[in-house]
Amino acid sequence: MMTANPFAVDIKDLTYAYKNGPKVLDIAAIQIAASEHVFLHGPSGSGKTTLLGLLAGILVPQGGSVRVLGQDLATLRSAQRDRFRSSHLGYIFQIFNLIPYLNVLENITLPCHLSPERKMRLGGVTPDVAALDLCRQLNIANLLDRPVTELSVGQQQRVAAARALIGAPEFIIADEPTSALDSNRRQEFIELLFAAADQAKATILFVSHDHSLAPLFTRNLSLLDLNRASRSGEVDA
Amino acid sequence: MKIALRLAWRSLLNRRLASILTILSVALSVALLIGVERVRQSARSSFTNTISQTDLIVGARGGGVPLLLYTVFHMGNATNNISFATYEKISSDPNVAWTIPLSMGDSHRGFRVVGTNADFYAHYHYRRNQQPRFGAGVEPKAMFDVAVGSAVAAKLGYRIGDHLTLSHGVGEVSFHSHDDKPFSVTGILEPTGTPIDRSVFITLQGLEAIHADWEDGAPPLPEHAIKSADLQQRSLPVRELSAVLVGAKSRADSLGLQRQWSEFKGEPLSAIIPGLALDDLWEAISYAENGLRVVASFVVVVGLLGLLVSIYNSLNERRREMAILRSVGAGPGLIFALMIIEAVLLTVLGAAIGVATMYSLLFGFRPVIESHFGLYLPISPLSSAEQWYLCAIVGLSFILGAIPAWRAYRNTLSDGLTIRL
Repeated sequence: MMTANPFAVDIKDLTYAYKNGPKVLDIAAIQIAASEHVFLHGPSGSGKTTLLGLLAGILVPQGGSVRVLGQDLATLRSAQRDRFRSSHLGYIFQIFNLIPYLNVLENITLPCHLSPERKMRLGGVTPDVAALDLCRQLNIANLLDRPVTELSVGQQQRVAAARALIGAPEFIIADEPTSALDSNRRQEFIELLFAAADQAKATILFVSHDHSLAPLFTRNLSLLDLNRASRSGEVDA
Repeated sequence: MKIALRLAWRSLLNRRLASILTILSVALSVALLIGVERVRQSARSSFTNTISQTDLIVGARGGGVPLLLYTVFHMGNATNNISFATYEKISSDPNVAWTIPLSMGDSHRGFRVVGTNADFYAHYHYRRNQQPRFGAGVEPKAMFDVAVGSAVAAKLGYRIGDHLTLSHGVGEVSFHSHDDKPFSVTGILEPTGTPIDRSVFITLQGLEAIHADWEDGAPPLPEHAIKSADLQQRSLPVRELSAVLVGAKSRADSLGLQRQWSEFKGEPLSAIIPGLALDDLWEAISYAENGLRVVASFVVVVGLLGLLVSIYNSLNERRREMAILRSVGAGPGLIFALMIIEAVLLTVLGAAIGVATMYSLLFGFRPVIESHFGLYLPISPLSSAEQWYLCAIVGLSFILGAIPAWRAYRNTLSDGLTIRL
């Protein structure tokens, strides 16, 4: 059961190691408030991807707890975690993050077809109408019928953002979504993402190597500082 | 389920070439399997329906299968003849509705000559209730009239009024001919898909006439030969026949008649029930049909293995696609279902195209097969056996699809939201 919690993310005494490997994560605490825009950075091998896997409910911690939107994900069964992810989380990938055989509209509306809860949150409008509304905000309304393979990288990133935002998920995880964009486009993309997320009152956890983006966020987190495993040199992946 | 179907379909379209090749491979396998099954059923049906409504075949004492072979399939020879008097006794049996006398032993350019009378055209049935019908002309009535089967007419180009001569013996090449006694074609039979098509029919008197001047099985010297015109003035008694086809007044009398004529004291006879003898004969040659079935089954297995390889090979390329699907809420169960649906969709499409191909080939080649091989292939709906095969193929694809599906399921668990190739 989800419980009332002022934090979108509440991590305590988290430890995680891959099978037969050293500890990848050893984090005392991370808390992210609802509607916060948080920038998480860290070098390769600092455990960013593993942390995102734990926040998305793909991985289960061996120690401590990971609460997302008040829900302790470790207490859920695999299928329940899948449902939780599809209903409450939006995920933006680094690059090539769209289903290549679906067009723009089909890619964006896909989460609504996979999650009845997310579809219900559209407030009576159809997924297509909601997608069009998001596309207008992200300046890609003229691309709805286009195959995603014909879009520029920047356009693809916006489609990925629209897909993550549709159905108003409370928590958006963006895993280095701007790494393929030039600096002007990066800022423009982040501003568009913030505007759309604010409208949905969503929390954003933005992961990147690019420190120049940090000032745009309400808070910065350094995984190198937070993760005791990476500090002690235990991380090898 | 709807979204899984849609995603599987779109994914297949995205890999169009590989999908089409896989579908074609399954289609060819299915077409072959169903085609072989259709030919097998038709061969059996053609075989067992070569003669219908005949309750008994009576010939000289000997094996049932040889009797069946030379009277119905016009293969081999009678070891002995039966007397015309016996035929008359059989015909006058109160339990016998009709009889057809058959006399064989001559040929025309490789085609068997059958001496019979009007009863053949009145009572002979094949394929349950079909009877020989004349596409042109009428049945032979006069001594030197002849009717030819459709395949004979087609191959030798005979028309009504043409003349032909017969040869002694049944080989392709004969050293003794009846060239001095030509016959006139009075009728051409419609195709039947039975040995009738490859036979030449004359009257019993005609058969007696061509041997009237023969002595001790040898042709006459030219000065002793009797001219056709002279023979036509005579009434030639029929002394012997090869066999008699018998129709009982009641089907229930068949067994009694069989026993009665098998134990006939007048001369040693064999009486067989054609249906039972046909089944026995078919069982004796069933190893060939089983061989066909085995080969066709292996082709299907190879086709389905191609399907498995195709899906399995595509998995590595699609790990990113699956990771993305998971990130937007698809559980491993949906990924598993996608793979299964893909395998089943490819197989169902392949099976549908295979069946359509089989029917197209059947439609296109049926006349050729019928005329060349005497095999009647009906264009009928899928039989229950064929439907069962198709269901089994789709079921197998479900099981085979589970192998890549299981791997995809494992990949999505280990890859999480990113892939480690």
